[in-house]
Amino acid sequence: MARFAKTKSKKIPTVSTSSLPDIIFILLFFFMVATTMRETELFVNITVPEATEVQKLEKKSLVSFIYVGPPTKPSIYGTEPRIQLNDSFAKLIDISEFVIREREARNEADRPFITTSLKVDSDTKMGIVTDLKQELRKANALKISYSTRKVADKK
Amino acid sequence: MKRSIPEINASSMADIAFLLLIFFLVTTTMDVDTGILRRLPPPIDPNVPLPPPIKERNVFTVLVNAQNQLLVEGKPGNIYTLREKTKEFLKNPNNDPDLSDKAAKDIDLLGEIFVSKGVISLQNDRGTSYETYIKVQNELAAAVRELRDELSIEKFGKKFLDLNEEKSKAVRTAIPVSISEAEPKNVGGNN
Repeated sequence: MARFAKTKSKKIPTVSTSSLPDIIFILLFFFMVATTMRETELFVNITVPEATEVQKLEKKSLVSFIYVGPPTKPSIYGTEPRIQLNDSFAKLIDISEFVIREREARNEADRPFITTSLKVDSDTKMGIVTDLKQELRKANALKISYSTRKVADKK
Repeated sequence: MKRSIPEINASSMADIAFLLLIFFLVTTTMDVDTGILRRLPPPIDPNVPLPPPIKERNVFTVLVNAQNQLLVEGKPGNIYTLREKTKEFLKNPNNDPDLSDKAAKDIDLLGEIFVSKGVISLQNDRGTSYETYIKVQNELAAAVRELRDELSIEKFGKKFLDLNEEKSKAVRTAIPVSISEAEPKNVGGNN
């Protein structure tokens, strides 16, 4: 026993840090893959309403977004809720063209599954939303999702 | 002459990777988009004759006016009792002649089930706030979900969401979501 005790050094062995870059790279790749960068800049303020019965939108690539809310710069664009498609304000007549463009951007097999997600501010009146829905009906984009935040059921 | 290749100092690699990592951490939005899924009715074709009107007892009317007040089946209602009323209407446990009619249907895995013929008709004013509209939609969705849960637990001992595809489909056939949104109307009030 004594023989073994003699050979023990008192020094604390240094931890090798040479694998640290590899660990960081793994983390980096994880975030790179998980990231979805915001594609459009929002010109409207949106606080989506809360709901308990929400469903996840499974395939991100099959969702096209329509934003409705009061403009972020009221001094220029006023305070009335406006519709935003991609990177600009739009009028109701632009909806059908938008739907057609969204449809053409996807391949044939995926087209029936395109969901239109309506991101509407909770203070908006239904008038503009109803008009929007009528336009979507005309354009045959029937799958819609009212974007909401999930909250726990109070009951 | 043998030239020695100078070794690249790799100790700053970690710092570079860290910078990139922080960049992606900051720009990441991990939120999953969630929402209430609905199907709009197809556009009206003028050549196709209108479907026959639905019997009065099979329609559960919910009206929301510009002041965000509810009118449920002709009586003033509120958002807190809407879920129970909807469930009662669709379930009709005592075969009340004023509530929805039921038809026996043979469904795979479930056997003979009385499927409600009830349709929920949701009408809103142009002045209704979107928040209220979503609340109403949510309560109606919750009523259907609770009914499905009840049936699933009774038949399979599991909640609706935990069922497999086949069973889930059977339950969906037994309790369909039938929310009809009427053609928009301007029922008085400002926009």
